[in-house]
Amino acid sequence: MNIVVNNKWIGQRTIRPDGVDKVTGRAAFAADTAMPGMIWGKVLRSPHPHARIRSIDTSRAEALPGVKAVVTSRDIVDFPIEKSVMLGIQDMRWMCRNVMARDKALFPGHPVAAVAATTEAIAARACELIEVDYEVLPWSIEIDDAIKPDAPILHEFNKFEGKPSNIVGTLEHKKGDIEQGFKQADVVIERTFTTRPVHQGYIEPHACLISVAADGKTTIWSSSQGQFMVRAMTAYLTGIPQSDIRAIPAEIGGGFGGKTIVYLEPLATLLAKKSGRPVKMVMTREEVMRATGPTSGSKSTVKIGAKKDGTIVAAQGTFYLQAGAFPGSPIRGAAGCSFAPYDIPNVLSVGFDVCSNRSKVAAYRAPGAPIGAYAVECVLDEVAESLKMDPLDFRLKNAAKQGTKAAHGPVFPRIGYVETVEAARNHPHYSAPLGKLQGRGVASGFWFNAGGESSAQVNITEDGNVVVTTGHPDIGGSRAGIANVCAELLGIDYRRVSVIIGDTQTVGFSNLTGGSRVLFASAMVVTQATEKVINTLRERAAKIWEIDPEAVKWENGAAHPASPNAGQFEPLTLEDLAEKAPMQGGPIGAGVQLNTQGAEGGFGTHICDVEVDIELGIARVIRYTAVQDVGRAVHPGYVEGQLQGGVAQGIGWALNEEYIYRSDGKVDNPGFLDYRMPVCSDLPMIDTVLVEVPNPKHPQGVKGVGEVPLVPVMAAVANAIYRAVGKRFYALPMSPPKVLEGLETPPLQQAAE
Amino acid sequence: MAKVHVTTTVNDEPLEFLCEPYETMLDALRNQLALTGSKEGCASGDCGACSITLDDRLVCSCLMLAAEAEGHEIRTIEGMARGGRLHPLQEKFLEQAALQCGICTSGMLVASEALLRKNPNPSEEEVRFWLAGNLCRCTGYDKIVRAVLETATEIREAAQ
Repeated sequence: MNIVVNNKWIGQRTIRPDGVDKVTGRAAFAADTAMPGMIWGKVLRSPHPHARIRSIDTSRAEALPGVKAVVTSRDIVDFPIEKSVMLGIQDMRWMCRNVMARDKALFPGHPVAAVAATTEAIAARACELIEVDYEVLPWSIEIDDAIKPDAPILHEFNKFEGKPSNIVGTLEHKKGDIEQGFKQADVVIERTFTTRPVHQGYIEPHACLISVAADGKTTIWSSSQGQFMVRAMTAYLTGIPQSDIRAIPAEIGGGFGGKTIVYLEPLATLLAKKSGRPVKMVMTREEVMRATGPTSGSKSTVKIGAKKDGTIVAAQGTFYLQAGAFPGSPIRGAAGCSFAPYDIPNVLSVGFDVCSNRSKVAAYRAPGAPIGAYAVECVLDEVAESLKMDPLDFRLKNAAKQGTKAAHGPVFPRIGYVETVEAARNHPHYSAPLGKLQGRGVASGFWFNAGGESSAQVNITEDGNVVVTTGHPDIGGSRAGIANVCAELLGIDYRRVSVIIGDTQTVGFSNLTGGSRVLFASAMVVTQATEKVINTLRERAAKIWEIDPEAVKWENGAAHPASPNAGQFEPLTLEDLAEKAPMQGGPIGAGVQLNTQGAEGGFGTHICDVEVDIELGIARVIRYTAVQDVGRAVHPGYVEGQLQGGVAQGIGWALNEEYIYRSDGKVDNPGFLDYRMPVCSDLPMIDTVLVEVPNPKHPQGVKGVGEVPLVPVMAAVANAIYRAVGKRFYALPMSPPKVLEGLETPPLQQAAE
Repeated sequence: MAKVHVTTTVNDEPLEFLCEPYETMLDALRNQLALTGSKEGCASGDCGACSITLDDRLVCSCLMLAAEAEGHEIRTIEGMARGGRLHPLQEKFLEQAALQCGICTSGMLVASEALLRKNPNPSEEEVRFWLAGNLCRCTGYDKIVRAVLETATEIREAAQ
């Protein structure tokens, strides 16, 4: 494929197609939709972290005036626990039990029944009238508790090393000979780290509105990272065929991975089917915090050995991640991504997936990678320090480049990691002076990025403008990037391109908005569809001029004779050809469906300055620069925004955010007051440097950018705090009480072993 | 309990509605008046996505009872663009890519407009503390703060 070089719109900060709707309040998010006859659904949730459900009596709830339907697990399609049925990376036997507890409730907040009634208040009252007979069981939440020999087991059928266990999965990446590798090392440092569960923190709670007609035809409006995922999961869990479910993607108010599975949709569908009325369900913030997401808490041990000259000879990582109630923690990201920025001959990286009695983990921005990178990048900082090397020079010396074989498998193509480290080292931030109790830390990060299935339709309207329909919910401005690409290829003003996210029954299958794949994959399918349209336009002009289509070129929004030899003709514009379309072969448009390939991994390197108030224990980020190889910034404003947003989330994860559990196993801080995400006054401006090493496998050179920016942040902050106060912290969050406590205890033995 | 009759002004339009005595202003706006631009992110006054003004005072509509609107003037995001023209803050948010998912944008704009009315020349720190009650999880606030500061400069320059 050719890289587009002469650009008018690619790389421009155009106004996003959905922009005016979003600054005027017109944009319709899931909770903003209503229907005539609509009623309200509510979920009854388990108060217990672990309990066998002996029986559920819904009769009193059903008798309450205003109640129109009640559903329990009996209404959900059962997938027997012994047999895996995969939909993407999700296993339906877990999904059917996650949306509604079957024999056991596995976390506080686990749904046990749902009610639809004429008002929210009646639905809530009806939930109180449902009698559930629980046999309360012992439970565990923390990893150390869940892997003890006598730990209460969530899924009795699961065996690890021959015994029932909460370790529900393992993964190992191996390269070289780890023992021989460490023997060559002059310096070996091994440390253990913990991180707490953190929530994706999207501001829009999960919501849906669902109508089921008497013939079973179902319409879903919901906020998700994939209308096709919503359709498929709802079909699986309700038994309604996918052809009868039209899932309409509402505008989505943030996801970060947390909206890649269903929670409410199957329940609302069943309530709508039973009641014959459209059902709306909206989670409260407390429900979001108790029953959706978060990502895993973790315990990691990382050991790195290097020679005196700074060459890393061996690296070993062991990563235990909390999966919550059902298997599926992101051990692949933790074990696979953490060592990927480095060319290390001997690597052993192992992940353990651990179930415990908290909500099922959901994807969160480069799932697992930030957890692994936090441990690895902190140990690298210690190794560099003991070798008396600059931490960026140390990374540069060991940097992965084209041809490096990563421990998780691939041999890297042309990648831009070295460029990110060099750009960081040369950035004025890196040499700027620091004040008292201020420190500067650096860290790098990698994320796989994803390709996969995408579809697009490009249609020329009768008045010669363009409508592009794609299948990916737009969370962060992807429609703006798509408009730039299509306008560039057609050579017209980008404002003539309208970009629409289609519903499941009007656009071809498109996989989730996730894995940093949307602009990579959309730009690829939209490019191919637009090129088909351009070919049609050239053919039409050729027919009108009675010359060969090869003798027609498309330039600046019009067909021109390719050379003087082709003849003398006035250009035919897009408008001209649209007007003539009915007489010249009919409508002009093209659809493309692809399983996109070539989404190469992404790398970033960050510089963080902190200042620590040693009386209050408050670490404050005072300057931050994120450098990333973004391939090609099709819309730089939204690319920078991805970097800035990822950094802000990482600063929250590093300094404040955590799930705090009470002694009864319930989350103690299920709201934005006590689960404290960064607010505007907590943060400085976040500088970005977009390094553009074009992806050779993409028509515009695009690489995924959305997830990498979260990966290095916690280590960059931790390394900066060490530089500020001379004390290393091995647990997140580094919140004021913990920093204060750390500063009051004598420093650990920091020297190399 | 009988519903409460409320006579009020919303975005310069006089109107009346009936609400439950316990109903929040946010619910009344969204469910009765079809003004869904104000969003519910928390229902506890922590996220600011439901920000409106009550007689020019910035409030979280989720913390206000609908009945309290009686006799007062309410402004919401829907009233910000006048006569089909976007407010300079709305224009600037679009130019600067100061929104990603857009769920916080209504509240951010209403709060920013309230700030600039009160303080036409805010420092970066003043913008950051004023907007500290409006959560955004997507942008890291950088482009939002820049958009507010630039709009303030442009409005001041235009007034000279």
